[in-house]
Amino acid sequence: MTALGKLDSSNLNGGQKLGVKYYTVALALFGAQILFGLLAGLQYLYPDFLFGILDFSVNRMVHINAMVVWLLFGFIGSSYWLLEDESGIPVVGLKLGNLIFWVFTLAVVVVVLVYLLIQIGDGTHTSIWLINEGREYIEAPRWADIGIVVCVLVFFYNVAATFTKGRFTGVGGVLVLDLIALAGLYLAGMYYTPNISIDQHWWWWVIHLWVEATWEVLVGCLMAYGLMKTLGVRRKIVETWLYIEVALMFGSGILGLGHHYFWIGTPEYWFAIGGFFSALEPVPLVAMVVHAVFDAGHHKLKSTNNPALAWIIAQAFGNFFGAGVWGFMHTLPQINLYTHGTQWTASHGHFAFFGAYVTMVIAFFYIAIQKWRGNVYMSGNMAGGSWKWKWAIALLHIGMLAMTMALLISGYEQSQIERAVEGSSWVGYFTAQAHHWFVQGMKWRQIGGWIFTAGFVLLVWDLLTIGKRETRPAQALTEID
Amino acid sequence: MSKEIWWASESFWRKNAIWITAGSFIVLIFLTFDTVSQITAGGKRVPAYSVINHRVSYEFDEKRNMQVPVIGVEEPLFGQKLTEEEAKSLVSRGKLTTQAKNCMNCHTLLGNGAYYAPDLTKSWLDPSWGSKDIREQEMVDFLMNPQDRLHNGLGRRMPNLGITEAEARATVAFLKWMSSIDTNGFPTNFVSIDQEN
Repeated sequence: MTALGKLDSSNLNGGQKLGVKYYTVALALFGAQILFGLLAGLQYLYPDFLFGILDFSVNRMVHINAMVVWLLFGFIGSSYWLLEDESGIPVVGLKLGNLIFWVFTLAVVVVVLVYLLIQIGDGTHTSIWLINEGREYIEAPRWADIGIVVCVLVFFYNVAATFTKGRFTGVGGVLVLDLIALAGLYLAGMYYTPNISIDQHWWWWVIHLWVEATWEVLVGCLMAYGLMKTLGVRRKIVETWLYIEVALMFGSGILGLGHHYFWIGTPEYWFAIGGFFSALEPVPLVAMVVHAVFDAGHHKLKSTNNPALAWIIAQAFGNFFGAGVWGFMHTLPQINLYTHGTQWTASHGHFAFFGAYVTMVIAFFYIAIQKWRGNVYMSGNMAGGSWKWKWAIALLHIGMLAMTMALLISGYEQSQIERAVEGSSWVGYFTAQAHHWFVQGMKWRQIGGWIFTAGFVLLVWDLLTIGKRETRPAQALTEID
Repeated sequence: MSKEIWWASESFWRKNAIWITAGSFIVLIFLTFDTVSQITAGGKRVPAYSVINHRVSYEFDEKRNMQVPVIGVEEPLFGQKLTEEEAKSLVSRGKLTTQAKNCMNCHTLLGNGAYYAPDLTKSWLDPSWGSKDIREQEMVDFLMNPQDRLHNGLGRRMPNLGITEAEARATVAFLKWMSSIDTNGFPTNFVSIDQEN
């Protein structure tokens, strides 16, 4: 056992060593996401900026793809993190898992380099196989799709086989079933059709059923584990809540898919189905808030890891407001007719991805760094102070809220002027884009982006240094009935 | 600890989670079969690709209380009547071009994509092309050389994506076909280019 506070891999089990590799790449890609978001945001204000070199389409593609991949890396890392703890045995295919980590990372680097250096191809199948598939969020060329499926299958094998050989906890069972759905759904996005209605129909199976169903359940598993680790909540309580969340999440989210089927050529009955079930989608998110806040209060906020608990609570509220409230605001078809494809969606997208997913992965970064430093003390009054993590969480939230509100105001203006008044013509679009309310929104969004960037820099600095000067062991968990 | 209440028990919610998930998924599968059959090209909601041989307009339907695409008189694209196979191949090349050029990361198609440039759902019918007679050529010219055409007061331009003439014509075919899809009245309140002679 090395000294407390020193970063040492011998403090980690096999799965956790692999987990922190995923975390490292995730954090780097998080940085890339922010960088390319800033560039794309600047192009709204200065359209000639990088014109013809790194056009908006390229920056925006890297911005959203980096996000999808870094969150996936965060989820894979977190699953490996908890795997040995939960199953009670070492990861069965750790060597293969390590190999796949490097393959996956290398593939991501190649895809990003092609995005940046080659960018586009001619209108042939070769382009979508080698350069860019041109479908939002799943732009990765087909070769990379196949690679992603192989990597995810190896990951799935490791998780499923380890739980099967060891013991299946409730968290483990939900995680394994969820990963089957997560891997299977990706296949729905892997084929070409000239029919854009069919294309978008299946495209939403990947995007919606990932983001609004399987990813939500996955963070439910992470929250359950996180609450046990930071607060010492009893397994029976978190697992019962997890089942409630799964029932409500899948019960509302699977048919909630219908809210993407209002305007893409799909039949009118989706108005009723999509509207009704997506209106229910916030319900499980309320359950998560109740769960997390009740547990935290019940344990009198005495946690073994204050920054991780803070991010878990942030997740509960961020998920509810970002995904739940912001989604509900424009999910009914009567409203969505005017907001679909405007900055409303961008506002919701930013807040929801941050609130639901970024927060939980950051919570796991803190859980990881604590153990990596020998299960060091990370409760109140840390040596070296707690200002960095507190300011990081504050700046990231202030920046994100500023972006969300600014985009929402631009979105309101767009839905009024472009849609309601001007009837969605090109002239209507540009009239709305030139309106000073829209432009103000874009300016404030950029300011929000800079604040968020400052928060990110502080977060990285904190993750590199927190617990370094601490010599006390982590506070003991006290189980409360 | 007191006796466990049945509705708060772990096993009750585990069973619920399984049954609700399975039930929702089965309903989704049934709806998917129906939806896919309705949106297959050649159906009522998504016309066959050879619709590009006809005039497509977007008119208010009293009964449905929304605007719907209307397939009108014969008006072949670029003056050339195509068979269904030829039309499919042309539209497909256009769709491949929109994917390979990453259109969706500036524009929206059927309202999905990015918000840096206008929605393309009804771009075929947009009044900005001037008149029906010059529209096809205007669209081809624009797609091939958009970078010098400042068309808004913002200074926002479309970059030159190296689109060839054949790709541009195919893209126009794809856009014309897309405008014929029944999108349940999206976009609403849209005023089309004048297509009457």
